[in-house]
Amino acid sequence: MAWNLKEDLRDCLVAAAPYGGPIALLKNNFRKEKSLGSRPLLEIYSASGVPLASVLWKSGQVVQLGWTASEDLLCIQEDGTVLIYNLFCEFKRHFSMGNEVLQNHVREAKVFHTEYGTGVAILTGAHRFSLTTNIDDLKLRRMPEVPGLQKLPSCWAVLSQDRVTIILLAVGQDLYLLDNTSCSVVTPPGISAHAGAYVQMAVSFNYRYLALFTDTGSIWMGTSSLKEKLGEFSCDFRAPPRQMVWCTRPRSKQRAVVVAWDRRLLVAGNSKECIQFVLDEDSYLVPELDGVRIFSCTTHEFLHEIPEASEEIFKIASMAPGALLLEAQREYEKQSQKADEYLREIKDQNLLAEAVRQCIEAAGYEHEPETQKSLLRAASFGKCFLDKFPSESFVWTCRDLRVLNAIRDYQIGIPLTFAQYKQLTIEVLLDRLVLRRLYPLAIKICEYLRLSEFQGVSRILAHWACYKVQQKDKSDEEVAHAINQKLGDTPGISYSEIAARAYDCGRTELAIKLLEYEPRSGEQVPLLLKMKKSQLALNKAIESGDTDLVYTVVLHLKNELNRGTFFMTLQKQPVALSLYRQFCKHQELETLKDLYNQDDDHQELGNFHVHSSYSSEKRIEGRVGALQNAVDEYYKAKNEFAAKATEDQIKLLRMQRRLQDELDKPYVDYSLHDTVYSLILDGNHKRAEQLYRDFRIPDKRFWWLKISALAEREDWEEMEKFSKSKKSPIGYLPFVEICMKHHNRHEAKKYAARVTPEQRVKAHILVRELDQAADAAIEHKNENEMNLVLSKCTAATDSLVVEKINRAKAQTLKK
Amino acid sequence: VATSVGCGRQSPACPSHCSRSVAFDVSSLGQAIVWDEYLTGPFGLIAQYSLLKEHEVEKMFTLKAGRLPPADVKNIIFLVRPRLELMDIIAENVLSEDRVRSPLRDFHILFVPRRSLLCEQRLKDQGVLGSFIHREQYSLDLIPFDGDLLSMESESAFKECYLENDQTSLYQAAKGLMTLQALYGTIPQIFGKGDCARHVANMMIRMKREFPGGQNSIFPIFDTLLLLDRNVDLLSPLATQLTYEGLIDEIYGIQNTYVKLPPEKFAPKKQGEGGKDLPTEPKKLQLNSAEELYAEIRDKNFNAVGSVLSKKAKIISAAFEERHHAKTVGEIKQFVSQLPHMQAARSSLANHTSIAELIKDITTSEDFFDNLTVEQEFMSGIDTDKVNNYTEDCIAQKHPLIKILRLVCLQSVCNSGLKQKVLDHYKREILQTYGYEHILTLNNLEKAGLLKLQTSSRNNYPTIRKTMRLWMDDVNEQNPNDISYVYSGYAPLSVRLAQLLARPGWRSIEEVLKMLPGPHFEERQQLPTGLQKKRQQGENRVTLVFFLGGVTYAEIAALRFLSQMEDGGTEYVIATTKLINGTNWIKSLMEKLEPPPF
Repeated sequence: MAWNLKEDLRDCLVAAAPYGGPIALLKNNFRKEKSLGSRPLLEIYSASGVPLASVLWKSGQVVQLGWTASEDLLCIQEDGTVLIYNLFCEFKRHFSMGNEVLQNHVREAKVFHTEYGTGVAILTGAHRFSLTTNIDDLKLRRMPEVPGLQKLPSCWAVLSQDRVTIILLAVGQDLYLLDNTSCSVVTPPGISAHAGAYVQMAVSFNYRYLALFTDTGSIWMGTSSLKEKLGEFSCDFRAPPRQMVWCTRPRSKQRAVVVAWDRRLLVAGNSKECIQFVLDEDSYLVPELDGVRIFSCTTHEFLHEIPEASEEIFKIASMAPGALLLEAQREYEKQSQKADEYLREIKDQNLLAEAVRQCIEAAGYEHEPETQKSLLRAASFGKCFLDKFPSESFVWTCRDLRVLNAIRDYQIGIPLTFAQYKQLTIEVLLDRLVLRRLYPLAIKICEYLRLSEFQGVSRILAHWACYKVQQKDKSDEEVAHAINQKLGDTPGISYSEIAARAYDCGRTELAIKLLEYEPRSGEQVPLLLKMKKSQLALNKAIESGDTDLVYTVVLHLKNELNRGTFFMTLQKQPVALSLYRQFCKHQELETLKDLYNQDDDHQELGNFHVHSSYSSEKRIEGRVGALQNAVDEYYKAKNEFAAKATEDQIKLLRMQRRLQDELDKPYVDYSLHDTVYSLILDGNHKRAEQLYRDFRIPDKRFWWLKISALAEREDWEEMEKFSKSKKSPIGYLPFVEICMKHHNRHEAKKYAARVTPEQRVKAHILVRELDQAADAAIEHKNENEMNLVLSKCTAATDSLVVEKINRAKAQTLKK
Repeated sequence: VATSVGCGRQSPACPSHCSRSVAFDVSSLGQAIVWDEYLTGPFGLIAQYSLLKEHEVEKMFTLKAGRLPPADVKNIIFLVRPRLELMDIIAENVLSEDRVRSPLRDFHILFVPRRSLLCEQRLKDQGVLGSFIHREQYSLDLIPFDGDLLSMESESAFKECYLENDQTSLYQAAKGLMTLQALYGTIPQIFGKGDCARHVANMMIRMKREFPGGQNSIFPIFDTLLLLDRNVDLLSPLATQLTYEGLIDEIYGIQNTYVKLPPEKFAPKKQGEGGKDLPTEPKKLQLNSAEELYAEIRDKNFNAVGSVLSKKAKIISAAFEERHHAKTVGEIKQFVSQLPHMQAARSSLANHTSIAELIKDITTSEDFFDNLTVEQEFMSGIDTDKVNNYTEDCIAQKHPLIKILRLVCLQSVCNSGLKQKVLDHYKREILQTYGYEHILTLNNLEKAGLLKLQTSSRNNYPTIRKTMRLWMDDVNEQNPNDISYVYSGYAPLSVRLAQLLARPGWRSIEEVLKMLPGPHFEERQQLPTGLQKKRQQGENRVTLVFFLGGVTYAEIAALRFLSQMEDGGTEYVIATTKLINGTNWIKSLMEKLEPPPF
């Protein structure tokens, strides 16, 4: 061990986390008289004794130390307060085990792990138990009273059966089981009547087995359900042991209990015999999944059952295939032909695959790299003589061992066994390295195992960065720069998470700098808003192009700023401004006007008034008023056309209302065209003429309009009069068309005679005078026109016309 | 030449995925969907009602104010676009729920295409946010319309981008392109022309950095992405499309691949019933390339469709005649096995013959001809600088306003703006005839650049027309050799840009590009060496052309024509914010001002 302890282990509260976890020591002044003025030191070491951190203990009296599943240290105080520290003695949080505990004080406490998480069980001075099964989701449970319990139980343990957490306690010769609701007396099956009083008990790592030690030196072993007895052992020592723990391997049939006294260690199992070791110094046992770690001031050892594969190979004079293969490989290296003999022996029994498998498996269990290597070499050698041996197990064992050897190094100090490593999984192992701030090693491992960047390197770098922002001695620039240098654009990195951490540490400026590196605006913006950096948030939202984000910030700003500042802010951001305008258009029309006013956007203001003249004003006066406003704005916008058009509209509206009153017909909101049309239709030619002059309707359009209306009115007389009033600006073809549209061929013919020569063919076709059309076309010597006439001819009725045209065509061809 | 990148590969939205997403993982007590009406059309393309029904959707309602209709279901799912006004309606629905009488129902909301903080805040303000058990999004950015065509069907995209400076749809376009790249590989080259194109490209580059997980390891299907702003080519949508599909759209309007046609021509031609039971419901047909005949004629000039139809008719009747020659049992069996296919072909032929007749009635009308003549005069540069007689006459006769606006805008675009006098005259004529309320519409058209005052004395259009050969006098409608056949003379500028980009490259038209609005640019997205394409001899490049602000069927036809050219060397896949034609495009820009009722 690398540590240099000033105190004896026995004078300290000791807690060592499983899975090769860290060791916490706190000098125990509970037993000794309090020495005023000197506060004890809380120290945390790695499993190899490398100091990780220490802190002077300034809080209350600690009864028990324990580690959580995520390697936080729990310090359970006498008053029932539990303080949580991280690996580096940094205080994280605290919680209380309740009032009852506070009043009666904690006498004993145990930290336990179940599928629910890390739990704490307390025995109070009132001889009552309280527990919580998950300290992260604190629900306190007070266990029922044990009837007639007058003194502290001699020993107790927490059991977990079928997802229920229960407490087993011993008082003299009696065993009690406490569950949520009741307390029952139990007797272990097959225990001899003279076993005596229970003084120590041990529950296995997986809660499946229970061992009881009595004051007669008898050790009872059985299932923790107390339904089955596995064995009993009688030893010569009566003294209550300092520690008793299970030492067993998953899926092994062998079960053993390790019992430790001050200077003696005893391993007892199913057989009559036991193994004894002498302890040279104070030692502390840590139960593990597949064995027991034993550490003292100077050493740290691992006691476990030899796995079958290792036993087969290394047993003296073993003839197991693995052993023979190992031998064969050694001979082969010596260039001895014996190699072939060994190999042949294995192959003859058809056991080569088994031999390779044994060697690979045994290599996994070895801690010495040299032994690992020789076993793997043997496996590799054997593999050469096999056709189809799947290589995965070999490759993976090599990789895993490489990782294990790296973390077992005393500087890292996580002495995991192969089985523990598999149980823990690589992800958790990486988390633990990260917890110890061993970022480079963690990254190396990720790279070596080729884990995806997303769950591997990126995650570790992110953790590193979150740690980095807490380094207060470095300037914001330095930290931000350092983080970006290392992280760059590594995919899967969330700069916003790191920034959030920085913000939580009170480093807003750093958080902003870090957010600069965050490519996802969706992540930047909410945090910036939270930090009250709304303007910056607005920039980021706009940069992202995500209008939803922009809207979110804009509306946030709107509530945060006064109106003037808000408008000024928008002024600088055209994108935001136009989006806000859209918002106002649908939600707050009045604000829209204010926005345009501020911009002196007279064109839009004009449009705004036009809009409201239609949508919000009901009465004519109101509408005219709105339009008048529009006129003013249009003039200011130097949009003469719009201003004039609007003035015309005002004029028209007024006139329409007058017409409406006089003629008792709806005119308002007709277009000028429709108004005139309607007037003509009703025979109000004078008024129509007046509008035509007042609004300077172009002649051409007025003529079209008038003849259409007259035709609809079937006022042929008026039409003829009109046609003769002056020379038609639209010619006379439209007259023909319109008459025909109203099925008046007679009238149409009149106008057909008056069309210009160029339009004659068309006019005659319209009034269905194909013969004349043909004449006109022939006269024009226009082939297109002739064809047009031809296309209108039907063979049955117009054969004469066809003939005429064909003749003419032939003639033109000749020429 | 293979023409399309398969629909199945193309679409990120396959039906099963959709319905899974629509039907939340909720109890089997049944659910009702409340639809944002606008979404039903696009959703119809990816999930049939029957499919939803399989997923326990029992009722469908249209979202409207007031109380929800009664339905014996446990779950109510609102399927909506993220719009504030819709949120208010939803809030009203939820708040007016009768808590006493009806059993407690669970509410869920599904945003299409994406969740919106703004909308959720609105729901929160209305006090109903907590009522929603699930708030999810369904990222339906690009909807597959055909094997080579994707559309966002965002109706107001053009208006929002060019009038209101609201770039929401561009963000959605960029998101859609990212999804496309996630599925079909990073597109190594991005070209673009126009401000919106630049904006989308910037967002794509930015979003690429945002994607976790690093490099996309999918072998890229597309070689090039071409982003085009609609306002680079305002002309093409204004002109009347003259392809078969284009005309169907111009005349009847195709919506989400469906068209509704007047029923008369589709009456069953059986003797005895004649004339009595004419169907009164419009005939609804789906139009896409899955129909063999339609695939063949959709992109042809309408004048070339007739001959194809009559040729087909002969082939089909010949095929049916075969039965008389079938002598042996084997031959008869073979004939019968072909029957379903032949019958489908015959009914398809009958449908398209009817449609072609309907269209021919219109295209042979004098007015259609006159209108087309004027359009073609403008496009070929004749008399674009003075008031046009035909336009004037149309106004005087009060032809549909949209037709007038299309003509006036077309003239303005072909003349790089109109002289003050001409412009004011048109505007005055329109306001006097159709009503003053259209002043805001005119203003919108001016803002969008469709109608403008000629500012410089120089008219750029002739230069552009000549350099890019936009007007072809000798157009071959039957067997086209140039894209100009889609407008019988005018080659759409947008497609010409795509064509020139592929060969010989835009460097040859730098001068003209400068005359068109907005920047032109090129971006490269680095591919890992393993994914870089090694082109085989004769293998075509694939270009995705994204029209920001809409694309017409004629333009699509022109691109498909380029894909099919023997020596073209480039295949095109088309994406757009919306499938448009001049009519619905202009309509989307119109301001609907209605006088208050009396």
